[in-house]
Amino acid sequence: MASDTPPPLYAPREPIFPRRVNGFFRKFKWWIMIVTLGIYYLTPWIRWDRGPALPDQAVLVDLAGRRFYFFWIEIWPHEFYFVAGLLIMAGLGLFLFTSALGRVWCGYACPQTVWTDLFILVERWIEGDRNARIRLWKADWDARKWRLRITKWAVWLLIAVATGGAWVFYFADAPTLARDIFTLNAAPVAYATIAILTATTFIFGGFMREQVCIYMCPWPRIQGAMMDSGTLTVGYRHWRGEPRGKHRKGARAAAELRQATPYSVAEKDLPSDDTGQMGDCIDCMACVNVCPMGIDIRDGQQMECITCALCIDACDDVMAKIGKPRGLIDYLALDDEPPLVPGDLAAVRPMGTEATAGGATATVPVAGRVADVPQAGDQPVVTRRATDWTPKPLWKHILRPRTIVYSVLWSLIGVGLIWALFVRSDIGLTVEPVRNPTFITLSDGSVRNAYAVRLRNMTGEDRQFRLLITSDAPLTISLEGADDTVTVPAQETLQQRVYVVAAPGSVPANSDLTDLRIWVEDSETGARASRETTFNGKGE
Amino acid sequence: MSRKETDKITGVETTGHEWDGIKELNNPLPRWWLWTLYATIVWSIGYTIAYPAWPLIKGATSGLLGYSTRGEVAQNIAAVEEANAALTAQLAAVDLATLEADPELNRFATAGGAAVFRTNCSQCHGSGAAGALGYPNLLDDDWLWGGDIEAIAYTVRHGIRNEADPDARWSQMPAFGELLEKEEIAALVAHVQQISGQDHDAALAGQGAELYLDNCSSCHGENGTGDREQGAPNLTDAIWLYGGDAEALEYTIRNARFGIMPPWTPRLSDAEINAVAAYVHQLGGGE
Repeated sequence: MASDTPPPLYAPREPIFPRRVNGFFRKFKWWIMIVTLGIYYLTPWIRWDRGPALPDQAVLVDLAGRRFYFFWIEIWPHEFYFVAGLLIMAGLGLFLFTSALGRVWCGYACPQTVWTDLFILVERWIEGDRNARIRLWKADWDARKWRLRITKWAVWLLIAVATGGAWVFYFADAPTLARDIFTLNAAPVAYATIAILTATTFIFGGFMREQVCIYMCPWPRIQGAMMDSGTLTVGYRHWRGEPRGKHRKGARAAAELRQATPYSVAEKDLPSDDTGQMGDCIDCMACVNVCPMGIDIRDGQQMECITCALCIDACDDVMAKIGKPRGLIDYLALDDEPPLVPGDLAAVRPMGTEATAGGATATVPVAGRVADVPQAGDQPVVTRRATDWTPKPLWKHILRPRTIVYSVLWSLIGVGLIWALFVRSDIGLTVEPVRNPTFITLSDGSVRNAYAVRLRNMTGEDRQFRLLITSDAPLTISLEGADDTVTVPAQETLQQRVYVVAAPGSVPANSDLTDLRIWVEDSETGARASRETTFNGKGE
Repeated sequence: MSRKETDKITGVETTGHEWDGIKELNNPLPRWWLWTLYATIVWSIGYTIAYPAWPLIKGATSGLLGYSTRGEVAQNIAAVEEANAALTAQLAAVDLATLEADPELNRFATAGGAAVFRTNCSQCHGSGAAGALGYPNLLDDDWLWGGDIEAIAYTVRHGIRNEADPDARWSQMPAFGELLEKEEIAALVAHVQQISGQDHDAALAGQGAELYLDNCSSCHGENGTGDREQGAPNLTDAIWLYGGDAEALEYTIRNARFGIMPPWTPRLSDAEINAVAAYVHQLGGGE
C-alpha cells in the first residue's frame, strides 16, 4: 500500500462457509444444542399444580402480578435478592469457567452460538456443504439459486418465529396465550415481542453470525481479561506442527527444504522420512474450513476464537488419516508450550554465504525456530523444544487457586440462597410507625401511636391473622376497622393501621420512647412473625 | 498531522496517536456498522418530522403525529377517570352510613379521599391530619360537630361559620372580657381547670361554678361536656383546640376564639366530599 493512501475505513464482511465436521466435540455440541433448545422451547409447557388461586405453569414470570414462579419456588418482588444472588452466581460462574476453560460459554452454550449452529445445519441441508455453498454464493441469481435461498430463508424464518414465540410463553399461561396468538386475540405487546425476537434471531443467526461475537458482544473483551497462561483454550501445538507443509517423503522433501530454507542445510540434517524435519501440520486447511469464525487457529489465541473446538475435531480426523497422534490442535494452555532450549552449536553465516568452517556446514532448525539474526561464529543459532518437558495434567489447569476461590465463593452464595429459600417465612410483615404526628392525645388523656402494618400472605389460601403486642410497658393494641383479627386473602398484601395506646399518666405515655414488638399469629397454624418498633410518649 | 505508522506485530496501521507508549490500531469498521449509522440518521430525520422537535421563536414544531407530553398526561388522566367512572358515580350517590359494608367502594373512597385531603385540607389540618393550634386534630376521638361519617360529610360540604353557605354550621362564643370582671374570669378558669381534671385553686373554682352555670352552661352543658349541636367543645376532656392551661383559657374566655372552615360544595364534587369524609372517618377517631 502506498504510504499516502489511507487504509480503508470500512471493511466488507468476508463470507464464511464452515465445512461439516465429525468428532467428539461436534457430537457433544449437538447434544448441548438438543438439551438447551429443548429446555428453551418446552419449559413453558410444563405444568405444576399450586392450587386454585395460583397459576399452574412451572416456570412463569408474572409481570402484572409481580411474581416469579419456578416449580415449587415462588419469588415475590421484595425477595429480589434471590435474583441478585443468582446474577452474582452467574457472574462468578463465568469467571470460574473462563479462568479454567476460556470462552467455553461462547463456544458451547451461548444462544448466539447454538442458534447459529442450527442455522448452519439448515443451510447445509438445503445448500450443501462448504464447496457447494461457495459455488452457490458465486453463482448468478438463477432460478435454482433463488429456490435454494428462499427455501433456506423460509426455514430460518420458521425457526426464528418459533424462537420469538417461545419467549412470550414464559410471561403468560402458555396454552392460553398460544390459543390467543393463533386466534389473533393476544395483547399487542406479545406480537411485538415475537416480531422483535423473530427479527433478531433471523438476522443474528442467519446473516450476522460471527459479526455479533466480534463487534457487538462485550464478552470477548471482558473474557480476554479473565484468562491467563494457565487457562485451557483451543490452541495449536506449533512446536509439533511447524514447519508445516505438504506431507512428502525422503529426498523430495529434502530438496524442497533446501530450496525453502534461507540457510544452507547439512545433508545429515535433512529429513529422511516423514518423521524428520517437517512438522505434523500438513497445511490441509481443515481447521480453517470448519471454523465458524473464519479464523486460522494456528495463528494462536485471538479475540475472534469462541473455542467451539470444531477445529480440534477436524484436525484429529486428519491426524488419524495420516497416522499421527491426535491433538495437534487441542485444548491446551499457553504454558503447555515446551520451553526453548539451545540447540547444537554451529557456524552460521549470513544468507547465501557458503559454509566453510571445520567441515561443519550451516544449520537448519531441527524442528524448531531459526534464530533471528544469522551471525558468523559458533553459537546456538538453532533452538529446539525441550523433549523431556511434560505439560501440566489437565486437572491441574482446572484446579488452580483462582478457580478454587471462584468455586468457593460461588458455592457460598449458592448455599446462602438455598438457606434463605428454606428459612423464608410465608408471612411478610412490615411495621412502619406513623410519624406524622408522632403521637396524639385522646379525650381521656391517653396517648396513642399509629403504625402502618403491611401483612403479606404468601400462600395460596386465605389466612386469618391475630395481631398482638409484647412490651415491658403497659400498652394495648387495637386495629382500625377490625377487632384483633384480620383476614388476608391468598397472595395479597393487607395494609392495616394499628393503634397502640398508653393509659393516661402511665410510664409509656409520659416517657420519650418505649420499645415494643408487634406480632402476627396465624389463627389456624399458629405461625408467627414479629417486628420490633417503638412507642412515642409525651416525653415529659 | 499525525505520523503514519504501522504496527510490527499485526501489520496494521496505527491511528498515529500515542498515550504513554500505548497506540491504537486503525482497524477498519465492518461495513454494516456504517449502514447502521446511516439508518439512525434516516430514523432521526423521520423522528423530527413525526414528533415535536425544531425550536421556533414561540414553542416548537408540533410534529405530524401531534404528540405532546401534556396531551399524554391528559389522556392518562382521562383513561383513569373513565376506568373509575362507575365507582365514582356509585360513590356520589352512596348512603354514607352503608359505605363500610361495601369493601371495594370503601377502599376506593378512602384512597381517593386521601388525595382530596392532601390537596384541599392539609393546608389547615396538616398532611397527617393532626391539626394545629386552632385547627382541629382529625385523628383523635373528640369532635366539635360530630364524628360519624355523615356529620363529617356535612361539615365538609357546608363548612363552619361562613357567610357563603346558609347551611353552614354556625355558633359564636361571646367575648366575656366585656361582660365579666377580671376576677370572675379567673374563677371561671379555675372551674374549667377543675372539671377537666387539672391542678386548680379549689376556692376560686367554687366561685367559678356558679358563674359557669350562669354564663357558659347553655352552650357547654351543665357538666361542661359540650354540645355538638352548637359546636361547643367538651371542656372536661384532655383535648384543647386553643390550649388548656390557665393563660390560654383566660384568653379564650376574655376574647372568644373560633375558626372558620370554607364550604367545599362547589369546589369538590359529591363523590369527592364523600371520599374525603370516608378518609377522615377512618383516620382513627371516626364514630
